[in-house]
Amino acid sequence: MTDLTKLTISELREGFKAKSFTSLEATNAFIDAIDTSNETLNAYIVQTADIARERAAASDAKLAKGEGGALEGIPVGIKDLYATLDVHTQACSHILDGFQPRYESTVTQNMFDDGAVMLGKLNMDEFAMGSSNETSYYGPVTNPWKRVGEQTDNGTALVPGGSSGGSAAAVAADLCAAATASDTGGSIRQPAALTGTVGIKPTYGRCSRLGMVAFASSLDQAGPITKDVRDSAIMLGSMASSDPRDTTCVDMPVPDYEAAIGKSIKGMKIGIPKEYRLDGMPQEIEKLWEQGKAMLRDAGAEIVDISLPHTKYALPAYYIVAPAEASSNLARYDGVKYGLRVDGKNIEEMYENTRAEGFGEEVKRRVMIGTYVLSAGFYDAYYTRAQKVRTLIKRDFETVFDNGIDCILTPATPSAAFAIGDKEMAADPVKMYLNDVFTVTVNMAGLPGISVPAGLSDEGLPLGLQLIGKPFEEGTLFQAGTIIEEAAGRFNAPRWW
Amino acid sequence: MTELVDVRTPNPKNFFPGEDHDWELVIGLEVHAQVTSNAKLFSGSSTKFGNAQNSNVSLVDAAMPGMLPVINEECVRQAVKTGLGMNAKINKRSVFDRKNYFYPDLPQGYQISQLYHPIVGEGEITIQVGPDKQGNFESVDIGVERLHLEQDAGKSMHDQHPTMSFVDLNRSGVALMEIVSKPDIRSIDEAKAYVTKLRSIVRYLGTCDGNMDQGSMRADVNVSVRKPGGEFGTRCEIKNVNSIRFMGQAIEYEAKRQIDILEEGGSIDQETRLFDPVKGETRSMRSKEEAHDYRYFPDPDLLPLEFDDAYIEEIRAELPELPDVKRTRLMGEGLSEYDASILVSDKSYADYFEQVAEGRDAKIAANWVINDLLGAINKAGKDIEDSPVSAEQLGGIIDLIKNDTISGKIAKDLFEIVFNEGGDPPKIVEDRGMAQVTDTGAIESAVDEIIAANPDKVQQAIEKPAMIGWFVGQVMKATGGKANPQAVNKLLREKIGG
Repeated sequence: MTDLTKLTISELREGFKAKSFTSLEATNAFIDAIDTSNETLNAYIVQTADIARERAAASDAKLAKGEGGALEGIPVGIKDLYATLDVHTQACSHILDGFQPRYESTVTQNMFDDGAVMLGKLNMDEFAMGSSNETSYYGPVTNPWKRVGEQTDNGTALVPGGSSGGSAAAVAADLCAAATASDTGGSIRQPAALTGTVGIKPTYGRCSRLGMVAFASSLDQAGPITKDVRDSAIMLGSMASSDPRDTTCVDMPVPDYEAAIGKSIKGMKIGIPKEYRLDGMPQEIEKLWEQGKAMLRDAGAEIVDISLPHTKYALPAYYIVAPAEASSNLARYDGVKYGLRVDGKNIEEMYENTRAEGFGEEVKRRVMIGTYVLSAGFYDAYYTRAQKVRTLIKRDFETVFDNGIDCILTPATPSAAFAIGDKEMAADPVKMYLNDVFTVTVNMAGLPGISVPAGLSDEGLPLGLQLIGKPFEEGTLFQAGTIIEEAAGRFNAPRWW
Repeated sequence: MTELVDVRTPNPKNFFPGEDHDWELVIGLEVHAQVTSNAKLFSGSSTKFGNAQNSNVSLVDAAMPGMLPVINEECVRQAVKTGLGMNAKINKRSVFDRKNYFYPDLPQGYQISQLYHPIVGEGEITIQVGPDKQGNFESVDIGVERLHLEQDAGKSMHDQHPTMSFVDLNRSGVALMEIVSKPDIRSIDEAKAYVTKLRSIVRYLGTCDGNMDQGSMRADVNVSVRKPGGEFGTRCEIKNVNSIRFMGQAIEYEAKRQIDILEEGGSIDQETRLFDPVKGETRSMRSKEEAHDYRYFPDPDLLPLEFDDAYIEEIRAELPELPDVKRTRLMGEGLSEYDASILVSDKSYADYFEQVAEGRDAKIAANWVINDLLGAINKAGKDIEDSPVSAEQLGGIIDLIKNDTISGKIAKDLFEIVFNEGGDPPKIVEDRGMAQVTDTGAIESAVDEIIAANPDKVQQAIEKPAMIGWFVGQVMKATGGKANPQAVNKLLREKIGG
């Protein structure tokens, strides 16, 4: 019998339809895989096997009658950032100890309404702040990919990227068919790139943020991490919706994203922004980018050199806007209402004790940066200017799209996966922040961006290319992403775990 | 923030006496008025007062992770309506900001407010100060700087448990309008008149119930003193004053405190103070150095609030007649400025009056409402809304005078009966035989008897016609007050001459 955990959503869907296997069988296969592998990879922080079997059985009943939604019976993992009814929801922070919401996020509700089966909650950087999944209160996630020649238990353990490190690792290691993730500065696309998976951050407003633990409200977006491009289209089609309870969520019908898969890109204009060619960028990234251009050109697209002049200001501006919003969004974790409380002599001391113990180092760093940039006398110099930069970045993209460009091709990350506990990054947080250099612009402009695996590094690690699209034209990204996927092939981590 | 401009001419009647020179008060008010709406500003929770603790709380109000605010359009309408009622500029685009600070009754860790772009800009409120001893009012225009929408906080309770404080979130997220005046107020009377007028306007508009005892309206009072017409002094802000009377006491105490300090050669520290109504004094809450840095920034969970002229005009069309217009109209209908001012000062008075005056003489109706009804109600400590004498009953009493069924004097007795016992006025008059005697025969025999019994008085009355009054009194006494005074007068004049 085929290993059901290796199948994509579309393959599972076909199998269910053909009655080759049931959702319960697939679900059990994933539960077994998680039982076997999770201790090593730490992708899941909570398993919900009972809920999963119950939902799978319900899905099987529907499938037997020829009914069911777009994700009927598909076993998925849910990032711990999403509120899931009566199930552990802590954004992998100590400060939310014991928190189990009495509500469901809109995104997960949409998926469950479509028949998705939840296997458990996935590890992530605490409050989605990080690019390596090392800031999680529940410990780091190990990337199923290791360097060539090191693919043993003893080989250097690498990070899966972050913040959706658990989601990316779980998909790459076949611990779920697909996973939800979220992206504030690259948290879907960077881990997807580092694990050989596909990740799309849709246009800001495409998915409801209701029930997603907020990091930076004006940048946060939900999205999936999947094994292939088609699966991303299927997942996003279910996750996206309008939502009267999130006023930043758009009231627009969700298109049939899957219909874009397989469409020709003949005549499509692909922009190559010169500002993304960084000094000291590794040769293999440069090479990958060239290969990507060739793949798209060979499929009939026109490659056009473009300029996005304010790109270099994006990362610094991002690290003002995101912490500013975070410092305010995280104020509600004060020990008064839910989660961790560390008592003190008075209310101020209780706040201090709770937040000192409940937040990790990176979260504290960002809360302090955010508090600083919003404080009296600094607000205009930092926050106001960062917002102006944001407008300029947005305008850069608008100009390019107005000039006929359909989408933009860039590398997804400046390097392949790095080691857990990398000393250079641990010593200098800014080095870690540089992981987002190609992805943050997209969040700052609110645009959709997809990361598609396009090749392997010299060390045999997956590398991704990013496609950036016009607002609400995710279909174009699936269309062009499929071309890269077909040309580059899919990449599976050689099993060592 | 806008530059402070002095638009007033110093008026000696407002001055506070000092050792070497007089002092002038400069007052600015920030009034927090709870918006009348069924649901909170950003959640669907009820705003009902008096519900069980923590029963009007949604996931949004409790700041559960991932919860998002959604603007309640009704509150926006109410704010625009209030702005229009103050002749203020309505801003078609406004933005919600977060005001960040930690407090247990502030679940989000920030209050959603509007700092940089409020929904309503500059406006004006005309207040009536007085009446003075001659019954005259002074009209003064007080500038309004802005009105913005914001969330109320919850309530901390420190008396429920020996070691813990409890929090009630029923108020958390309820919509408030903060209405900020310009520093145009120069006396305690003006400050009181301003709050009274503002309360009257929002009650007319139905945008706030104005109940200060339930916390629906409260004021932060900024007070400074200066030499009359001089530079603005350093101000102190007295927080959360919840009655007009307390506000007067607080300003008076604060003005004297500041004058004492200045006259002793000291200087005023800019600070936030609290008024203690029990001791009748203000005390320091925090200094300028201890002031919070609220780190305001635009709330990224909410889109800017935008609407067009049509929306504003639609609301303008719904505006009721406001107190100033009503007062002018009533004066045009023959009321004195004093009467009209009293009647429009409270919407419930005006509503009552207009019901009574419907189809009747306005002046007579006003006299009855002001002198008899309001007098009786105040004495009984009641509100006009639950007056024992309805407008219909009072109208009935006036009609009985008008059609000569009862005299004015009997009418006062009738009013008292209706006030205390209730009932239908014409029926009471009939049942108790209170109708005045209009039968000339019956009156004539009474007149004849009195004339016959008092020949000396008749002689005096012939010489001094004013003496007729004595005869009128005697006849009324003899008829139990029920004789028609006009008829009595007429007969006496015929018989005695004069």
